[in-house]
Amino acid sequence: MTDIQDYPFPAPAALEPPAEWAELRERCPVARVRLASGDEALLLTRYDDVKELLSDPRFTHHLVAEDAASLTANESGGVFASGDGASVRGEAHREWRKLIGKAFTARRVSALQPGIEATARRLVDEMVERGAPADLVSALGFPLPVWVICELLGVPDSDRDRFAYWSDTLLSLTRYSQEEIDAAQAEFAAYMREHVAARRATPGDDLISELITLVGALDGRVTEEVVLMTAKGLLVAGHETTANMIGKMVAMLLADRSRWERIVADPALVRTAVEECLRHDANFGFGIPRYISEDVEIGGTTLAKGSTVVCSLSAANRDESAFEDAAGMDLTRSPNPHLIFGAGPYACLGQSLARTELQTVLKVLVERLPTLALAVPAADLRRREGLLVGGLERVPVTW
Amino acid sequence: MNITVDADKCCGAGQCVLLAPDVFDQNEDDGIVVLLDATPPEALRAAVREAAEVCPAAAITVEERP
Ligand code: HEM
Ligand code: SF4
Repeated sequence: MTDIQDYPFPAPAALEPPAEWAELRERCPVARVRLASGDEALLLTRYDDVKELLSDPRFTHHLVAEDAASLTANESGGVFASGDGASVRGEAHREWRKLIGKAFTARRVSALQPGIEATARRLVDEMVERGAPADLVSALGFPLPVWVICELLGVPDSDRDRFAYWSDTLLSLTRYSQEEIDAAQAEFAAYMREHVAARRATPGDDLISELITLVGALDGRVTEEVVLMTAKGLLVAGHETTANMIGKMVAMLLADRSRWERIVADPALVRTAVEECLRHDANFGFGIPRYISEDVEIGGTTLAKGSTVVCSLSAANRDESAFEDAAGMDLTRSPNPHLIFGAGPYACLGQSLARTELQTVLKVLVERLPTLALAVPAADLRRREGLLVGGLERVPVTW
Repeated sequence: MNITVDADKCCGAGQCVLLAPDVFDQNEDDGIVVLLDATPPEALRAAVREAAEVCPAAAITVEERP
């Protein structure tokens, strides 16, 4: 544990893992790394270690302590350091999770499925109308998850294009100017306040109406601000992650077209194929940080109080000691206890929803476009750089 | 097969309900797991084992023999 490597590691080909992962899992499971901010952190790459640390309720991803490392080179420190609704801690965090958890019960998610499918079909039809080649990321990957979040929040159809624009600007670190970002933030906030007022007057069966009903019950703790922050939190947590995953999933399956053909021949494989794509994703992005607020032993090493640890979910998901033929893709792998949604008390709340979106996209694509193929060699796919969430710039396809 | 769930550990992500809706449900109020059937019939057991393996909070314990 002497030499410090720069992190994130230089990216290899878009769908390949960095060579460092296998080396570190083997020789240096708790590795010192230097972040873009210049701060130092510890990197975990083994399945057991990552799972154990994420499952420990004492440690969270809120890097607000004085000595916590800053993840990004820009001053804000990125989404993990922001004081938004997703960043309430301890008791307040439990309360917030409970509240939001209601939106994500499997039953509610199942109720959303027909709408998700109809929207996916419409987007694919529109892509087909415009003709091949098309970019799957912009035609389907980005529009679908934001539609789903609008549905959850009860945002009317007519406002969804504006909503998608606000989400893009909120999430982008590079594509928009600071003025555009500030303007979008302000418009979004004003829009959500109006939306809350409208729902207060005429409640629907959406999440916002439910949050408003709880205002009284929760002693005024759930304010308009919390609703606003929740809406923002869902966009930050659920838009770009899922959008990128749609593109990566399709790219992984088309890069070796025998995978695609197998699912076309047997659509019952959709569920396990989606799980395997989630496990196999070598481009999750930065990883999940944890601030170590008291000494803890992981895999025989003591992590000192005050350290910032980065859990590489993708490296853990490629650990040969946890998955047979971890480097390969087995579309029938089951069970598949991968860690892409985290683990333990802070695991992804939207995972049922994300799974439903991915399964629906794959089902619609294999039904509607069985001849789908990459329009460029897989080696020409490019990673989107500079964001905390990994994805591909474009996934050009033909059919 | 005998199933137990630990509601304190459950993070309410609903994986178990997606995989085995006849065995698990989620509380309407907070999304926390509700066990519907602690000793499910043979046909459901593979799904239950999978749910226990993939539960992100390790909140589901399966004893093969009661
Ligand atoms: C493939 C898509 C997705 C991936 C890979 C993903 C991954 C993750 C991960 C790893 C975490 C845990 C962070 C930690 O442990 O500190 C997380 C948290 C979270 N995710 Fe997701 N997510 C996805 C989609 C979604 C969607 C669609 C939603 C909702 C619309 C969502 C909502 C959330 C929320 C609310 C949290 C925070 C939970 C908390 O703070 O307690 N996610 N996600
Ligand atoms: S899968 Fe585990 S964490 Fe998720 S609802 Fe079921 S018991 Fe709770």
